[in-house]
Amino acid sequence: MQVTVNINGESVSHDVEPRTLLVHYIRDHAGMTGTNIGCDSSSCGACTVHLDGEAVKSCTILAVQVDGQDVTTIEGLADGETLHPMQQAFHENHALQCGYCTPGMVMAAVSLLDECPDPTEEQVREGLEGNLCRCTGYHNIVQAVLEASGSTT
Amino acid sequence: MIPVAFDYERADSVDHALTLLAEHGDEAKLLAGGHSLLPLMKYRLAAPSMVIDIGRVSDLSYVRQDGDHIAIGALTRHRDVEVSDLVIAEAGLLAAATAKVGDPQVRHRGTLGGSLAHGDPASDLPATVIALRGSLVISGPGGSREVQADDFFTGFLETDLADDEMLTEVRIPRRPDATWSFQKFNRRAQDWAIVGAAVVVDGGTCGVGLVNMDARPVRAAAVEAAVASGASAEDAAALAADGLEPTADLNASVDYRCHLARVLTRRGLEESGR
Repeated sequence: MQVTVNINGESVSHDVEPRTLLVHYIRDHAGMTGTNIGCDSSSCGACTVHLDGEAVKSCTILAVQVDGQDVTTIEGLADGETLHPMQQAFHENHALQCGYCTPGMVMAAVSLLDECPDPTEEQVREGLEGNLCRCTGYHNIVQAVLEASGSTT
Repeated sequence: MIPVAFDYERADSVDHALTLLAEHGDEAKLLAGGHSLLPLMKYRLAAPSMVIDIGRVSDLSYVRQDGDHIAIGALTRHRDVEVSDLVIAEAGLLAAATAKVGDPQVRHRGTLGGSLAHGDPASDLPATVIALRGSLVISGPGGSREVQADDFFTGFLETDLADDEMLTEVRIPRRPDATWSFQKFNRRAQDWAIVGAAVVVDGGTCGVGLVNMDARPVRAAAVEAAVASGASAEDAAALAADGLEPTADLNASVDYRCHLARVLTRRGLEESGR
């Protein structure tokens, strides 16, 4: 089936099988490999992208389901060489170790602040419950999100 | 993990979906948010040859007042139920339980109707709708019918839905004065409940639905009867596991699940002011 998705502001169109997962469409067909595959079972959140502005797990969505819709991946956050405030906050707070969870963690965090612009630490921890960090670096991740909430409001 | 190959059709209305279902029979599955069906298909526990995508039937996404009920469209996403002022004010238990489903990403996609139609005894919402004495509106070739939640869940992942029917609306009695508590016991954030108790108290009566305590989502009828006849929370909750047959798994033995059901029911009743 021909599936057209607006990824990071650019229209991308490919002929794919209905069973193609959105994360595979993004990585293998659109060629954007910033979005990682972790557990592949909607637990770890590494594959988190925004679908029409909301964080979703792209391993549990078919590409055909999002035909005609807007997807933002980690590649779409920065403005040229200028990092998104959330990326900058992760950088400044050492909120990544191996970095594998980072794209999904950042996308989930941006979506969290869209819905809850001034969160408490507890709200950040609960809001990121769908993203796992195998390095267990949660402390600095939470600090980064709290700092970003201050700098973006 | 990749699902077995299938054909795909997108329905643009309830009638269109019903026509497609009639055409493809038990070879077809309806796809709403996909957060129950797609994992099953990826694990290859389900392999429908036809997937009918109803995710864009937008007129089934609503929360509105309808007489003495709140009517919620089957395709309303968890997130929209969770933040609905009407649900929070008049069916607070449903808002609270919905906020415990999966994680924010899951709640952005998953739908109330999808979760109920999946009929998983380990999922939070079926037991909650049982506790609230909700009912479900089902459309089929012969028109629509309404079924009480108690009669909808018939077995493990089995419901009263026929192959040519679809769930269109969930109806919850409006109870602005009720108190409630949702007790979900799990080891890690975002896990399924090892056991859960959905409790709502309204005057001298209560509703108690239990998660993961039988092959299907169940009502703790003995607890409700005890509360109605004036028993204390502790005495009523002691009956929570009576007659139920939970399974054992890596997380819990049968005895442990029964213990949890009694403890969580007592906590739920107490937190509801009983």
